[in-house]
Amino acid sequence: MHHPAADIALQVRGLRKAYQDVVAVDGLDLEVFSGECFGLLGPNGAGKTTTIEICEGLNTADAGEVIVLGRAWNRDDRELRQRLGISLQETQFSEKLTVEETVQLFRSFYRAGPSSGEVIAMVQLGEKAKSRVGGLSGGQKQRLALACALVGDPELLFLDEPTTGLDPQSRRQLWGVIEGLKSAGRSILLTTHYMEEAERLCDRVAIVDHGKMIALGTPRELIAALRAEHVLEFALADSAVVDEVPLLGIEGICASARRDGTYRLQVQELHLAMPALLGELRRQGAQLAELRTHSATLEDVFVSLTGRHLRDE
Amino acid sequence: MQLTQVRYREFFREPEAVFWVFIFPVLLAAGLGIAFRNRAPDVTSVAVVNTDSAAGRTAEALRQSGDIEVSLMSDAAAAEALRTGDVALVLVPGGKAGVEYRYDDTRPESQVARLMVDDALQRAAGRRDPVPARERLVHERGSRYIDFLVPGLLGMNLMGSGIWGVGFAIVDARKKRLLKRLIATPMSRPQYLASFVLSRLTLLVIEVGLLLGFGALVFGVPFRGSLLTLAGICVISSLAFTSLGLLVSSRVQTMEGASGLMNLVMLPMWIFSGVFFSASRFPEPLQPFIQALPLTAVVDVLRANILRGAGWQVLAPDIAIIVGWMVVSFLLAVRLFRWR
Repeated sequence: MHHPAADIALQVRGLRKAYQDVVAVDGLDLEVFSGECFGLLGPNGAGKTTTIEICEGLNTADAGEVIVLGRAWNRDDRELRQRLGISLQETQFSEKLTVEETVQLFRSFYRAGPSSGEVIAMVQLGEKAKSRVGGLSGGQKQRLALACALVGDPELLFLDEPTTGLDPQSRRQLWGVIEGLKSAGRSILLTTHYMEEAERLCDRVAIVDHGKMIALGTPRELIAALRAEHVLEFALADSAVVDEVPLLGIEGICASARRDGTYRLQVQELHLAMPALLGELRRQGAQLAELRTHSATLEDVFVSLTGRHLRDE
Repeated sequence: MQLTQVRYREFFREPEAVFWVFIFPVLLAAGLGIAFRNRAPDVTSVAVVNTDSAAGRTAEALRQSGDIEVSLMSDAAAAEALRTGDVALVLVPGGKAGVEYRYDDTRPESQVARLMVDDALQRAAGRRDPVPARERLVHERGSRYIDFLVPGLLGMNLMGSGIWGVGFAIVDARKKRLLKRLIATPMSRPQYLASFVLSRLTLLVIEVGLLLGFGALVFGVPFRGSLLTLAGICVISSLAFTSLGLLVSSRVQTMEGASGLMNLVMLPMWIFSGVFFSASRFPEPLQPFIQALPLTAVVDVLRANILRGAGWQVLAPDIAIIVGWMVVSFLLAVRLFRWR
């Protein structure tokens, strides 16, 4: 993919940021194209929030260059603020105000944009417009945060962990809202540590770990790079151990790893590999205690790249 | 402006805040006003130790003079009564050797009793005053304790609502990361700070009106100065305390920290600034410090205006102190303010 500069909503080059003793971001390069939803996926502490806050102009980098909508922070702040929509991690709005009053307040900061009623409808909070913020559920509060990010009709939207801490139903509802925004042609940069979220919402995903990008591509490309459509996990009774070499000889099994007594195989043609695997385990005299299989996900991409799970930390 | 409107809503939807800012000072004024209302002149109690027959005659002579309540007691009982404050003075008749007064010279009522008793005894014994004296009693409005108290409470209230009202709101917004969210919008930062000042100024009208109205209607506190000047003083004072509130809250991250810091700032003023009693009671070396406190200046200016009708010229030095606090704290606050 080659994009001319005008189509790049956000460009980050060689970004570095260290706090007292930790390097949070360690030489990161990113490009978000106009109209795409770009995801930063990584475990907690990977440097996602630091990165997005530097892009939002709320934090300063030690080194590197950030160009937002063709402009730079500290030079064009006033204009940039008008054109960006931002939802931070864990903002608590004033509990004494109603949803409508909160949105009106934020709307009053922008020169142009939809009416507060329209924005509230956009995030499906119409019924709650007159309720106090203090009485909203977690999902409703997140949608309010999204509404406040949308009041200026932003060209580029930053969403930092928009669904963290929500129950699955609220999360799906919020995804629906974000999908609606995508189809309206906005550029979005979102961070998340939920692989389902990245898979469902993002056109492209950068996987970050310890402040570095370790993979970049569409979710489909990243999963395809595993060269395995399925992941098969099994554990043996009495934490017994098997010889992995013959397992890798089975047709369709591309990789094997053992962690905490659980074997994890990347498998291409499950229907062929499975009977052969069971045969081999029987030959080695191993007793199965557990057997699971699922289609490969971004989580598996992360595990195969780092040997850790996204939510371990 | 939306931001200012939000301030009102947040304030009025917090019933506790409304109580502390509007109702509490009025209740305090009412309570103290009743406790220190003007009473009939105190009757002085003294004890006479019944050492001999002369004691009865001495007691009788004292009773003749009015105003003095006399009890005959044994030596031990008299000492006990003096210790517990039931009597202000113990008189021990000593026949030809004259009388002995026993009292604590740090108790004002004992000193008064000493003078009254001595005067009565000397007159009874035949003393004649070389200078004739007449008495004319004056009970002037404006010199009572409640008159002294109401301007003091007003000053204290201006300080409390300025520092607490602004400080807590800002620290709360910072803790909730609402400040950070707000600066991520095109909102102008000076306007945000200005919204606190503006909303304070409007709430001020209610706050001042209630307390002074109550003082005037219930206790008849006189307003001798121009009301316009008074309004001006309130506005300047409130601005100064609001700036101080901004300064106090410019960096603090937690409510506990804010609370501690605000008390640290306000405590010296509660103690030294002469809200409940005159600041001049403190020792001389402390006076420059006390006079430099903003609340001292505010309370002095309010008293001068309300009770003595002083105009701008007289008030100028104290007003300069208040304005100084306002400007310095505001500039410092803007410089130090942390939005994250």
